[in-house]
Amino acid sequence: MASADLTIPECLTGERSFDTESAAWVQGLVGNGPAHDRTVVRLHELLLRVARSEVHRRQGQLRITGSELDDLAHQAAADAVVGVTAKIAQFRGESRFTTWACKFAIFEVSTKIGRHFWQKPTISLEDKDWDRLPDRFGLDPARVAEWRDVIIALRQAIDLELTEHQRRIFVAIVLDGTPLDALVIELGSSRNAIYKTLFDARRKLRASLVTNGYLDDDNVRQT
Amino acid sequence: MTDPLDAGCAETFDLLERYVERELAHRDAATQFPGIAAHLSGCNPCVQDVEGLLAAIVAGPGPV
Repeated sequence: MASADLTIPECLTGERSFDTESAAWVQGLVGNGPAHDRTVVRLHELLLRVARSEVHRRQGQLRITGSELDDLAHQAAADAVVGVTAKIAQFRGESRFTTWACKFAIFEVSTKIGRHFWQKPTISLEDKDWDRLPDRFGLDPARVAEWRDVIIALRQAIDLELTEHQRRIFVAIVLDGTPLDALVIELGSSRNAIYKTLFDARRKLRASLVTNGYLDDDNVRQT
Repeated sequence: MTDPLDAGCAETFDLLERYVERELAHRDAATQFPGIAAHLSGCNPCVQDVEGLLAAIVAGPGPV
């Protein structure tokens, strides 16, 4: 069926042209009645399949299996269907509809893994363990003695160079291993804002280590 | 200050489906979307999203 045969409101298509399959999806979702209901059911089936695959792919970030994992996938799929139907007018046909829709399922899984982290944290956020720094940085335990001064300098830089906000985010993500999406929820912030804060914190720390002779400039440019 | 090319998380999410389809079709998404490529070099959560969507599309939509 060609897209021209489908009845898609002009306000949705505008100057855009959808491929045949995408046009059928859009027509089904913007319409009414049984055809709309069938399309929503198909969309849910698609997004549930994607969400299930994604939670299994990311299972290592969670401490749940079986029915709990499947519950998380169901929640993600249901919310993704709501997201897709609410934003269908934003679909511009620049990709296949299914690729665009699957993005919502991936995003919902990310978000729910973040929420899940706070329901069942794997570590105590009150119990900072600075001895974990070498492990976080992948340092060879056999060479801890070589790195001890660097770790001490890094800890001092974290205390002295970072703002309170930067320190909180750096410690949560780098030291405690908190997922970024979990921090987004905890702080009511955005991925972008936390990412930029972490980026700035890392630059400050690297600069401090260079100034104090623990890293060279080449190292800084490469990292 | 982040890499001036860095598209950030929001723009990366907006263009995610185009980036993934380009990568699957031509293997040159990083060239076509340099801002996203710059962002992905430092943002693991967004890398996870890209990898998840790539896996979903490669697996195919299935009989729906």
